[in-house]
Amino acid sequence: MTPILQVVGMSKVYRMGDVSVTALRNVSLDFFGGELVVLLGASGSGKSTLLNIIGGLDLPTTGTLTFRGSDLTSATEQQLTAYRRRSIGFVFQFYNLISSLTALENVQLVTDISEQPMPADEALRLVGLGDRMNHFPAQLSGGEQQRVAIARAVAKRPELLLCDEPTGALDYLTGKLVLEVIEKVNRELGTTTLVITHNVSIAGMADRVVTLRSGEVAEDRRNSTRLSPSELSW
Amino acid sequence: MRPLTRKLTRDLLHLKGQMFAVMAVVACGITVYVSMSSVKYSLEASRWSYYSRYRFGDLFLQVRRAPETWRETVSRIPGVATVATRIVTDVMLDVPGLDEPATGRLISIPERDAPVLNGLFIVSGRTIEPGRTDEVVASRSFMEANGLKPGARVGAVVNGRWKELRIVGSGLSPEYIYEVQPGSFFPDKRRFGVFWISRKSLESALDMDGAFNDLSLRLAHGASEKEVIIRLDQLFSRYGSLGAYGRDEQMSDRFISDEIKQLGTQITVLPAIFLAVAVFLLNIVLQRLVSTQRDQIAVLKAMGYSNAEIGLHYLGFALVPTAAGALLGSAFGAWLGTRLVRIYGDFYNFAELVYVFRPQNLMVAVLLSALAAVAGALTALGRAVRLPPAEAMRPEAPPLYRPGLLDRGGFGQRFTVPVRVIVRNIERRPWKSAVSVIMIALSIAILIAGRYTYDAVDRMSAVEFGEKHREDVTVIFTDPMPPSVSYAIASLPGVLEHEYYREEPARLSFGHRTRRQTLRGLASAEGLQRLVDADLHRVDLPSGGLLLTTKLAEILGVKPGDRLHVQLLQGARRSAEVPVAGTIDEILGLSAYMRLESLDRLAGDGGALNAVSLRIDPDRQNALYRQFKLMPGVSGIMMLKALRRSFDELIAESMTTSTLILTTFACVLAFAIVYNGARISLSERARELSSLRVLGLTKAEIAFILLGEQALFCLAAMPLGILIGIGLSALLSVALSSELYRLPISFTPANFIFALAVLVTVAAASGLAVRRRLVTLDLIAVLKTRE
Repeated sequence: MTPILQVVGMSKVYRMGDVSVTALRNVSLDFFGGELVVLLGASGSGKSTLLNIIGGLDLPTTGTLTFRGSDLTSATEQQLTAYRRRSIGFVFQFYNLISSLTALENVQLVTDISEQPMPADEALRLVGLGDRMNHFPAQLSGGEQQRVAIARAVAKRPELLLCDEPTGALDYLTGKLVLEVIEKVNRELGTTTLVITHNVSIAGMADRVVTLRSGEVAEDRRNSTRLSPSELSW
Repeated sequence: MRPLTRKLTRDLLHLKGQMFAVMAVVACGITVYVSMSSVKYSLEASRWSYYSRYRFGDLFLQVRRAPETWRETVSRIPGVATVATRIVTDVMLDVPGLDEPATGRLISIPERDAPVLNGLFIVSGRTIEPGRTDEVVASRSFMEANGLKPGARVGAVVNGRWKELRIVGSGLSPEYIYEVQPGSFFPDKRRFGVFWISRKSLESALDMDGAFNDLSLRLAHGASEKEVIIRLDQLFSRYGSLGAYGRDEQMSDRFISDEIKQLGTQITVLPAIFLAVAVFLLNIVLQRLVSTQRDQIAVLKAMGYSNAEIGLHYLGFALVPTAAGALLGSAFGAWLGTRLVRIYGDFYNFAELVYVFRPQNLMVAVLLSALAAVAGALTALGRAVRLPPAEAMRPEAPPLYRPGLLDRGGFGQRFTVPVRVIVRNIERRPWKSAVSVIMIALSIAILIAGRYTYDAVDRMSAVEFGEKHREDVTVIFTDPMPPSVSYAIASLPGVLEHEYYREEPARLSFGHRTRRQTLRGLASAEGLQRLVDADLHRVDLPSGGLLLTTKLAEILGVKPGDRLHVQLLQGARRSAEVPVAGTIDEILGLSAYMRLESLDRLAGDGGALNAVSLRIDPDRQNALYRQFKLMPGVSGIMMLKALRRSFDELIAESMTTSTLILTTFACVLAFAIVYNGARISLSERARELSSLRVLGLTKAEIAFILLGEQALFCLAAMPLGILIGIGLSALLSVALSSELYRLPISFTPANFIFALAVLVTVAAASGLAVRRRLVTLDLIAVLKTRE
């Protein structure tokens, strides 16, 4: 089986004045189609840097990133935008919805610029918000807002769904509800999904768990069985 | 440096674009204020010192001929302080190097002493010497325009006799700060000059021994001008007096007074607009600053900083740019003032036009800016002070949007999502949007008003020189001529068309209102001279009664159908009740027209003519000019084309600078408003826009969302700006109009196109400036931070 995304020997060094900080050190990882990967790591482990590079927001200092055979390491700004537009779905910790648009319109914002999107209302129904479509973000709870964000991310049928601490701003029950939606999307649509978290308990729902420590891959293991989010607790 | 001061410095640097915009707008307003008020004060002060040093008269009177002994009589009128008599006459001149004839005004001065009133300031050369009857001092502008030096000679026809005048010096008089030929409104420096000559010389040339025809006097402190005028009119009516008048009817003083009054309007209106915009800009910048620094305010309060300290800190954000703007504006205004005064110096003939920069102006400028700073900061300060620390620690609640007009109308779905974002943002804060639109509209309005004066003057020129006057030359007779003069004129070489008019000085009264006014009798309104109003419409000459200019009718309080009491001031001095047949909205001066034959009947003589308008054959004009130069009985010649040229040059000189300045300032204004608007929405929406970039929207797409709002504001401001511009121009027209002239409300499409083009350019420039920041949005930070 060929991976859809390949990270080979990747390092990232940030220069901050005279100090240079190494965020990633010689990381190599392959991601396969339909996988749900949980990327674990403490604060400063380099997980966000890795997500940013995979998501086409940043470029590595050394090493290569290959998506479906094409090298993104030397991509231009425009190519990266196109990559994000076509292939990546983002879910942010703080939802980042457009406050002046309704739930439906927030999703349409993405479907309007995608080639073969699912209908925006269908995406919202998928995350269980069929009856809240015409609400503005200020009229939705945090969990609902995050589900709108997930609908927005998956509506374009991305090949890779990147979730950055999706439950970070949510309470326990709501967080679980959101994880269920992510799991459902992965299962029903077969979208390769990468969830970044510092919450070890979430690892149970993954096909594969990658642990980063000080910018290096400390562990890369497969779960023998995937737990349903409802079975998780923390 | 205290930490808060350091924070202020760094934050100011961080906000430098917006602070610069505020500073620039304040600087523009203060520049206008400081320069215009210095110019106004300089003109007032220079006029005052000129008038007092050179003893400018308070009252003036022209008579045909009165015995010199009457000077004594006049000096005994209660309230009269000083009396001076003179002989004044207008003559034809032959000036070396000038093909056309010129007109000279000869004014007698005592041979030995300085004139008692209306003194003479010798600029170069010397004054006349006793016994030298051919020596004259000529006015400076005439000498400069003709390139004459002391020692030059000009020929003159004085009372029918050829006389050579030797110029011994150039001079200036407070009577001719604005030097124009009688009957004209615009200076033609080459073809009109004032000459001061010995009284003896004029007495013998005009057979005026022991007589005078011109009287000036100064009033004692507290004297009533009105009462002295009544006494003078009683005394001199038998000597062909045309009525005494004060400085308010003295052409030169009138022009300068109007100019000073106009400056007064500009000092008030323009800086007010600029400062209002500064208040608006500060308001939005500071409100935004306080909301982005909520957490910092909370921390400061938690650490024990008082509300006063925090308020003062944020007030600093308003005070620093306005103070900088006030200083910059004062410095630039002081410099600009010197330049403007120099331009005024070319236009007006002051013995000494001193530039006075008053510290009071600086203080007012600083005070005005400080007020603007406080007014602009007030709302934001209130919010910062009222913010409870605990609440401030939490992020601001997300803005609440509701379905708006777009949604209720059901149009929502027809627009793309980015358009909906734009429209909802505008709908959510309708007041802020409306004020933004008004502010942009104001800058369009200033652009339009700045160029309006051009259009108005163009229209003035088109009406006066294009439509109204088709003649080439007007010849003014020294004394009224019998109608038979037309045979002599027709026989002159090169005369293609000739048309005559009669002028009768009169006093018009209606109820308690009365006014000295020359009646003009025209043969027709269809010939060389036509009656044309400010809108270029032709007006017919009524078959009976008077046609008054609108302004004159307004002054007299009459409307068509009313009957005016007309008292002629010359000849048999007949009086009659004459109906007002109509009004005409003319641009220049005050006029009362009637048919030539009606005026002849009113005067009760066999008819008389005062001037002839001629259309001449260009191939034979020089031969004609040569004849004019020697022609007796002619007191003046007006060359229309030359007058138009000199008018256009004058306007170009005097208006280019002010229009350029106004245009530049309006650009600054437009840029500041649009740029600031875009910067604020960028700051408010950086997070949203970054999220959209992460989601795959291109830079162009997010730029559309951000700048689309500003673009919509600009679009909405266009019609509004044109409307306000027209209103502001109308205000300007009222402020700049006087009895001497009225600025017609007239716009060329070029004016509007220019204003809109400037706005589009400025908006595009500020859009580009903001777009640069969009490109550098930190996409990663947005994922991690909550606003």
